[in-house]
Amino acid sequence: MTGETLYPRLEPLLAQIQKPIQYVGGELNAQVKPWESATVHWALMYPDAYEVGLPNQGLMILYEVLNERPDALAERTYAVWPDLAALMREHGVPQFTVDGHRSVRDFDLLGVSFATELGYTNLLEALDLAGVPLHAVDRDETHPVVVAGGHAAFNPEPVSDFVDCAVLGDGEQAVGDITDVVAAWKAQGRPGGREELLARLARVDGVYVPRFYAVSYGPDGAIAAVTRTRDDVPAKVGKRTVMDLDEWPYPKTPLVPLAESVHERMSVEIFRGCTRGCRFCQAGMITRPVRERTITGIGSMVEQGLKATGYEEVGLLSLSSADHSEIGQVAKELADRYEGTNTGLSLPSTRVDAFNVTLANELSRNGRRSGLTFAPEGGSERIRRVINKTVSKEDLVRTVTTAYANGWTQVKLYFMCGLPTETDDDVLEIAELAVEVIRAGREASGRKDIRCTVSIGGFVPKPHTPFQWAAQASAETIDHRLRALRQAINADRRIGRSIGLRYHDGKPGVIEGLLSRGDRRVGRVIERVWRDGGRFDGWSEHFSYERWVQAAAEELAPFGVDVDWYTTRERTEHEILPWDHLDSGLDKEWLWEDWQEALSEEEVADCRWTPCYDCGVCPTMGTEIQIGPTGRSLLPLTVV
Amino acid sequence: MARQPEGPPPPPTVQKLRIRYAKRGRLRFASHRDLARALERALRRAQVPMAFSAGFSPHPKISYIGAAPTGAASEAEYLEIGVAIRCDPEAVRVALDTALPPDVAVLEVVEAGEGTGSLADRIDTSVWRVELPGVPLAELAPAVEKFLASDVVTVAKRTKNGLKDIDARPSVVSASAIEGAGCAILHMVVRQGTPVVRPDDVLAALAAVADLRPPLPPRAVREAQGRLDDTGTVADPLGPDRAARTRCQGEHATV
Repeated sequence: MTGETLYPRLEPLLAQIQKPIQYVGGELNAQVKPWESATVHWALMYPDAYEVGLPNQGLMILYEVLNERPDALAERTYAVWPDLAALMREHGVPQFTVDGHRSVRDFDLLGVSFATELGYTNLLEALDLAGVPLHAVDRDETHPVVVAGGHAAFNPEPVSDFVDCAVLGDGEQAVGDITDVVAAWKAQGRPGGREELLARLARVDGVYVPRFYAVSYGPDGAIAAVTRTRDDVPAKVGKRTVMDLDEWPYPKTPLVPLAESVHERMSVEIFRGCTRGCRFCQAGMITRPVRERTITGIGSMVEQGLKATGYEEVGLLSLSSADHSEIGQVAKELADRYEGTNTGLSLPSTRVDAFNVTLANELSRNGRRSGLTFAPEGGSERIRRVINKTVSKEDLVRTVTTAYANGWTQVKLYFMCGLPTETDDDVLEIAELAVEVIRAGREASGRKDIRCTVSIGGFVPKPHTPFQWAAQASAETIDHRLRALRQAINADRRIGRSIGLRYHDGKPGVIEGLLSRGDRRVGRVIERVWRDGGRFDGWSEHFSYERWVQAAAEELAPFGVDVDWYTTRERTEHEILPWDHLDSGLDKEWLWEDWQEALSEEEVADCRWTPCYDCGVCPTMGTEIQIGPTGRSLLPLTVV
Repeated sequence: MARQPEGPPPPPTVQKLRIRYAKRGRLRFASHRDLARALERALRRAQVPMAFSAGFSPHPKISYIGAAPTGAASEAEYLEIGVAIRCDPEAVRVALDTALPPDVAVLEVVEAGEGTGSLADRIDTSVWRVELPGVPLAELAPAVEKFLASDVVTVAKRTKNGLKDIDARPSVVSASAIEGAGCAILHMVVRQGTPVVRPDDVLAALAAVADLRPPLPPRAVREAQGRLDDTGTVADPLGPDRAARTRCQGEHATV
């Protein structure tokens, strides 16, 4: 029988490993449905450690949406650390779900959410542990259909050998459609086997099945053509967009782990999409248009969620939370509602230009004012115009100074290094800015113990953004600029001791770049790295740059391309990009124009307030911007 | 000039409740930190009117007494909470038990008896039951005897600062081998103290003196905690609070 629990076989292994709690399941609000009660069984994987994967909103949403269907069942699985993986191989225990401890091999579908490309080797490890053939072509109709989702799925070409399909865009409705297709195919006695199932899935809106598209390459190494191999699949696959977030109030009952996780709070997504137009930001480009949840929708999710979890903090989540059309009212009315209950509110992403002290005061009404985070991203005003995140130095300094004057003692500033057209001077301006911030902050607050932390990492150009054509800076360039920045910050010790510098070296970014803008040929590199022991590439203690570089050199040589070709090479206007047949709704000509405008340091306006339709998303996808204000307000909660 | 929280200080503790709970099944793999987090969230979901410390990051008044190691189950874990509004201990027990995962059971809640002293002072000893799957009684019994007959049994213990040699023998007050369902069971009374001797350390000691090496990972359950008296029995740490309660109710009855 399938769907049997593996727990009795797993339990003796748990006594011998680190943090066994992450593998036992039983989290608050977790569900285990009887195997026979469902026709379609989904294993949902976050391809990283449990502590990172559990709080993932996307996975939690799909878990609930699927489990609400009487004919479906969804369980979760995460990447297994090497200590347990070794024991599982030794004792023949396969990759399991943490809910029912069922073998992933028994499920109809394995959905994998890729927030970052550095999870690819963990997918291969999970497939291997599960006893599922690594290559999609080697699977038969008894194997789960491997479905990729998440932002990285907008270019799934590097993992196209290993996944059966990819879902572009919002998953809430797509998983329902996929479930219907699988249920019907099973009810009909699985006609046509796996090939027919995949062909039916390829006709579902937003589902891309790589095997039905052939890629050929020209003598210069670039893609010559991408052609359909069946005429009943779309030439171009479009993304899914959920409209009216109030109709999708998920997660209703967020999972609460016993084990420690990276976010010890619950989150409510207050809007999806962003039209600020930051040119480096893949999330902002591929999730258009902006769709707000209403103030009353937010209020009831916060109320239900707190009741269901017992968390002390609620994060109001989005790509730029202070941009919600009713954010001031949302913050004030929530703070009123939870006054005196030791419940904290936070806005995880706030733009410098949208920050206002009234809002920040509401959020921390009676709590600690320890840290605030801003992301200017670029060091100089010039480079901020290039990336279209325009904020003047004066505004930046004024905002941060106001925060210090209002009792915050610690401000974190996020930057990127290696942006297109960047010079050493652009990066060195970060030091000037930080010095200025501390000087003005000390004066305004009258205290010496204020601190500013500069956090900086290398920029990686992403598909479906105006920078998709850009040359990525080499690891050497990044490391050189970071060294120069450190020296500049430390030049004046009296100020420098109040400034912290946190940075990531340039090497992991190069590999992320290879995987982000890679094509199908990169799949061989991923497989080779996994075979050589690569796992948990997002963790510095597991990541090996040398392993990736060597694998890439050997596996890519037969094709006449190399890592530089994928990363530091600038693309030309008409080069066929590996993801051109995947449609995020953005018009490629608009993206190119925006790229050209970036090079000439011209800004572009936010279409939220002045509808322009130039980027092409709304007309192509039949969507509209949905924003308030609604004019509604939160009613006080009734006292129980 | 540091900011001060606005408004009045949090209400004081008006009642202390002492709680005994069990961790069972899968949750034996929970660490003390995991359980502490789960308990704090469950107290919120159960709407227990906790007393809080003052300051910008107020903490609920909870003190944990000892903690069974990760991987060990327990029928006798203890904590004490301070509440800002008087509560019926049994109502708190039911609400908290409902709010916790099924593998954590709240067994008893009593009001701290006035003048009965601290709970921590009433706990210095653990009673352990360790199931040893795949180990026959005929093998365990002589190993235990050999251990008890030794004056010193040095084992290497993993600590934060690497491996450290400790003597596992003096903390073990008594130990016996008994027949269980399909496996031998080691039953023992172990004094708490420094260095801490855990079931793992005693098993390492059995390996050292008698080369006893269980083929499967043993399963340890802490059955009781309390104060060891002169007769070698472990007293119920909540006994004095229960006694104070009865006395108090008796007084009310006469009014």
